[in-house]
Amino acid sequence: MTRRAFLGCSTAATMLAAASANEPEGIIDCNVTIGQWPFRYLAGQETSGLPAFCQRLKSKGVTQGWAASSEGIFYPDIARANELLHERFVEYSARLLIPVGSINPSLPAWRDDLGRCKDKHEMKIIRLHPNFHGYKLDDPVFTELLSAATEAKLLVQITAQMEDERTQHPLMRVPPVDLKPLGDVIKRVPGARVMVLNANASMIATALRGVDVSVDIAMLEGVGGIENILATWPLERLVFGSHAPLFYWEAAKLKLQESELSTGQLAAITHGNAAALIGVGTSH
Amino acid sequence: MRIWDLHCHLSGVPGLTPEERMGALLRYADRMGIERLCVYMGMKWSQDPTPDDLTKQNGEALRAITKHPDRTFGFVYLSAKHVEHSLAELEKHVANGPMVGVKLWVAKRCDDPQIDPIIKRAAELKAVIFQHTWFKTNGNYAGESTPDDLVALAKRFPDVPMICGHTGGTWQLGIRAIRNQKNLFADLAGSDPTAGITEMAVRELGAGRVIYGSDGGGRSFASQLAKVHGAEISDEVKQKIFCDNLRGLMLPILNAKGVKA
Repeated sequence: MTRRAFLGCSTAATMLAAASANEPEGIIDCNVTIGQWPFRYLAGQETSGLPAFCQRLKSKGVTQGWAASSEGIFYPDIARANELLHERFVEYSARLLIPVGSINPSLPAWRDDLGRCKDKHEMKIIRLHPNFHGYKLDDPVFTELLSAATEAKLLVQITAQMEDERTQHPLMRVPPVDLKPLGDVIKRVPGARVMVLNANASMIATALRGVDVSVDIAMLEGVGGIENILATWPLERLVFGSHAPLFYWEAAKLKLQESELSTGQLAAITHGNAAALIGVGTSH
Repeated sequence: MRIWDLHCHLSGVPGLTPEERMGALLRYADRMGIERLCVYMGMKWSQDPTPDDLTKQNGEALRAITKHPDRTFGFVYLSAKHVEHSLAELEKHVANGPMVGVKLWVAKRCDDPQIDPIIKRAAELKAVIFQHTWFKTNGNYAGESTPDDLVALAKRFPDVPMICGHTGGTWQLGIRAIRNQKNLFADLAGSDPTAGITEMAVRELGAGRVIYGSDGGGRSFASQLAKVHGAEISDEVKQKIFCDNLRGLMLPILNAKGVKA
């Protein structure tokens, strides 16, 4: 390719617009976390900044974002965290963001939280952070939670990691979730719908191999990461997730361009697979 | 927008030979609009290379760039544990060969004055000097430099520009560590695309001291390009980070070699 050819195609706007043109249904971003992160500043995460944050996502082609809250990771009063998330979205997110409830089964009365997510806030998805909340996937309480969530027809997201262990605050070192037990647990809970967020390629190729879960692309690394993973991972279980605002949203979007994907593959990853999981369209 | 990638290896892509892997990297680079790749190491990792390892790695990098001289720049891999051999490799590949930069990795921390003859000769040749750095919460390798180590080296050569690889990985610390050492530049490559790295680097170092790199093929070009494309900075500043700052560091040696770029 000549330099002239590069200059014709390499502006960010051109690249991102070209990718958007291949996603007529828009993008469902399955991996958003609203709120400040304790260890670095995230622009636009004050409640007053939420409309502008949503507008930015919309301008990039997002038609629906599945968003939990950082408070849901850290608050023992997780009911209040979920309530806050619901209130913020009703008021500020212009229906772009779907609230994802946080559940911590190591807290007393976690079943009440689950019931409130489903019945009071009408949530369709819950998100778990086993490594922050101090339990393992082969602990009986996780099976209990997955069974209860499945009975309530909730999609369960498990976040494998929030950040690189090498860069964590020294007083808050949180290793990734050990995903190896997940396959056996899911076999014991018929009908469970599980999505693993922020798994890297190594986790997907080993602990999740053959396991009936969906994964997102936020932490897929390596050039051509999506086409590489599709060599061994079913297309229908791969979804778009950005891990925004902790990650630059554009990282996930540009991965769609870096891999050679058919129109059908793009549609499945950016929209179709996620929509099928919760059985609703986007809010356009 | 012109994009030059400071930080690529012959790894993470298919191919049995350096030429095949370089071709694979360039196919992905084409998709992402990247004009030039700086390449060093990666056919087989060697963290504490013997002199023979250095010779082999540099021979492989030379093969990779020889086939694509209009798209690639080669950096010679050196080690402060083997100063005499490193100086010989420097003469072979930079003084008398096509390479334009020096890569220093994790064999020996760069605050040790044993490295000084390598830096002195590289500076005479106007080679771009790249030192890997990390601040790892879970502990660095024994010979792995931190940005603080690089500052100690940079103080001994205050007129020699050097690049702080990965900006220390834990970039909130790395940027602060190099902030007052004006001959140090920040490489954005090879960490997760955590929002804010580029904005903080520009705020604290100035737009002229920040350089895009990917650490591909182990890292995605996409995730690393996003650190600049997605940053809340002007297009003018993005252009500096994507190409102009690195090109400015390289022009003296490119001009000396008669390379137009």
